[in-house]
Amino acid sequence: MSRRIRFERDRSVWIASGKVELGQGINTALAQIAAEELDVALERIRIVAPSTAYSPDEGYTSGSMSIQEGGKGMRAACVEARGRLLAHAAQLLGAPIAELTVEDGTIRAKNGSSVTYWECAAEATEAPPAGAGVKPSGPARVLGKSAPRIDLPAKIIGQPAYVHDMKLPGMLHARIVRPSRPFKRIVSLERIKIPGVSVVQDGSFVGVLAEREEAAIAAAKKLREKSVWEESRVPEDFHAWLRKNVTERVITKEARSEVRGEKTLKASYTKPFIAHASIGPSCAIARMKDGKLEVWTHSQGIFGLRHELSIVLNLPVESIVVTHAEGAGCYGHNGADDVALDAALLARAASGRPVRLQWTREDEFAWEPYGPAMSFDLEAKLDASGGIVSWKHEFWSNGHTNRPGRSPKPALFAAGQLAKPFERTPAIDPALPAGGSERNAIPLYDFPDLLVVKNYVRETPRRVSSLRALGAYGNVFAIESFMDELAAAAGADPIEFRLKHLKDPRARAVLERLIPEFRNRKKAEAWGHGIAFAKYKNIGAYCAVLAEVEAGEVLRVRRLVLAADVGLQINPDGVANQLEGGAIQATSWTLKEDGKIGAVSWEDYPILKFTEVPKVEVLLLNNDFPSLGAGEAAQGPTAAAIANALYDALGVRVRDLPLTPERIVKAMG
Amino acid sequence: MTEFEVNGERRSVAADPDTPLLYVLRNDLGLVGSRYGCGTGQCGACFVMVDGKALPSCDTPLWSVANKSVITVEGLSKGGALHPVQKALLAEQAAQCGYCISGIAVTAAAFLQQNKNPSESEVRAALDRNLCRCGAHNRVVRAVLRAAKEMP
Ligand code: FES
Ligand code: FES
Repeated sequence: MSRRIRFERDRSVWIASGKVELGQGINTALAQIAAEELDVALERIRIVAPSTAYSPDEGYTSGSMSIQEGGKGMRAACVEARGRLLAHAAQLLGAPIAELTVEDGTIRAKNGSSVTYWECAAEATEAPPAGAGVKPSGPARVLGKSAPRIDLPAKIIGQPAYVHDMKLPGMLHARIVRPSRPFKRIVSLERIKIPGVSVVQDGSFVGVLAEREEAAIAAAKKLREKSVWEESRVPEDFHAWLRKNVTERVITKEARSEVRGEKTLKASYTKPFIAHASIGPSCAIARMKDGKLEVWTHSQGIFGLRHELSIVLNLPVESIVVTHAEGAGCYGHNGADDVALDAALLARAASGRPVRLQWTREDEFAWEPYGPAMSFDLEAKLDASGGIVSWKHEFWSNGHTNRPGRSPKPALFAAGQLAKPFERTPAIDPALPAGGSERNAIPLYDFPDLLVVKNYVRETPRRVSSLRALGAYGNVFAIESFMDELAAAAGADPIEFRLKHLKDPRARAVLERLIPEFRNRKKAEAWGHGIAFAKYKNIGAYCAVLAEVEAGEVLRVRRLVLAADVGLQINPDGVANQLEGGAIQATSWTLKEDGKIGAVSWEDYPILKFTEVPKVEVLLLNNDFPSLGAGEAAQGPTAAAIANALYDALGVRVRDLPLTPERIVKAMG
Repeated sequence: MTEFEVNGERRSVAADPDTPLLYVLRNDLGLVGSRYGCGTGQCGACFVMVDGKALPSCDTPLWSVANKSVITVEGLSKGGALHPVQKALLAEQAAQCGYCISGIAVTAAAFLQQNKNPSESEVRAALDRNLCRCGAHNRVVRAVLRAAKEMP
């Protein structure tokens, strides 16, 4: 019937999605849309992992766009299919389309005669009359109701669920051999002889293949310890380095006017490199046989990956099939694509046998692209009434995306290490409205005099790419911290102060939702409360956060209250789950995470633990505006709300992330 | 040959006795529910019960479990009936990517055997060796408290 929808014999519906499951529950939301539009029970829908062999190219699954983009594609495909089925059933049943009804895939005419989707799908090949598949309006059956995730049972009982768990006949195990710091090239490779283990080398790219996984691990470890690489130099102080190495100064937004200010405030903020740090390090399986390459990967963009594999391996795209298989949650562009090229390079030396390459925890920390470090200068003028009349925001950053398939030169890591190396493509910075480093740099507030400037730094001494929320995390941290400093300078209540500069009614509504909580806050020694707000990307979901902290020896976030407006909620529990997850992760970034070069373990890069996780309450505002992604909306506001709460608790302002005990002590003087 | 019991069945494995139990489970016995996360005992993704105690299978050599009883996440459910912890995790939808969740289920099951009536902070402390990057913590804690009431 269509390449992406099939009606199977067991009365299920097979649907190929163009978006990939990243642990965000997208498959459940897409299944809900399909069940609604096709009028079949949710249990019948089987969402199949995307593959370049049969899926539509819907680009990347990123930037909270899956529901906006994937949902639209899914809806259109279902309306089309339903139209065909109804048109065909109308002929079979001898009744006009308008008089047919559908219930769980059974089409009924007024006289009671009926036929099911599964009975007539094979013949329903004719294009339907326009509008035939559009459902008559009525209350939604499946959409807008919380549905349990369709993928969770397998994961909770421990069935194979990830690419890591695939086992193909004759599969070899592989590990990669790289140092844990940036390097230029390999100087000498240790020679080893271990039965059942072979070493693969192409320039500075080195890996091992073995029959048994533990043998591959041991061999790679030995090679890493005994081989020598030439290191490359990396700056000590990245924030200072960024300011000295600007490639291009760009005016992001300029709306100047003559204003009279009474008081001027200035402040500088920084955010460090942050790791995606998936719990499962990247993994891929590749098989090269008879000139054809098959790859199983948890990449967020299977078509982009195929494109780059074709360049690096010098194969036509038609000879490559890339199929998605789930990985651990990734939160942006981690090692998923790089490990796929590594696996393919090793598969070339495996005589047609499939190769499973598991990056180690060390590989992932050392070589996944990090979310870039950023530096911010803010300046504002208050007038006599305590209102902001002028606002300047200038920042420094590398590009925020280095995903494969976006440039003619490959971005995949190993491409630069081969005997005939490819020149690496630098991280680029996507343009607004979505934006990279500029994401959320333009405040949503109304200021008479406004200037926003970006300083793009092309050179990347350390690998960087997209991390959940991109520039929004740092920009919102800086803007919303500064708003708090200004509110304090104006002697104003932080919520009132924000509302005073905010016209957008939906923005006002999420902030106003927090007023009762904020008014009733508990006051105690060393406890503090902070507020922050953002409209993600300035075009996405609205989220305001109230943070409650206890500033003892270490800063503890005790509670977060999120008020959010994501438009129509396809799966309300799924939305709450994503917002809560985002807020907890942002708490971890904000309190603990500093991606220094050389980190290779959870000891070097600690994240928030069960005993440290705050309570999170999610208040969703109900409306039927178009659905907006929820996965990234809480990141920036959470960071600023915590910093503002710290100020409320101790009267000190920490402007550099993360808010570590050392920094807090230093700020206290 | 190393002999031990896995999920109630006697098994013998020819792998090198120094092989970490995790790879024996995943590659020799086809039990892939124990996931690899760090290989050094720092994340909890690979936790199994050995004689009732939750520990990292990535950091447990095969020889050390000889003649002992190992229970993996696959062994928590019996004859199609889910373990109370698994039921509660599902009821609370306590996962996002789920990569951490089988290790968490094992840790929680072992913990609830010792502590039938835990407080919230005891649950959190018991799970502190299990990392979750997706932020599913609070749902997990709710699930474990719920499961405590259902434990036989
Ligand atoms: S993989 Fe065993 S504790 Fe991390
Ligand atoms: S649910 Fe993804 S790591 Fe816990």
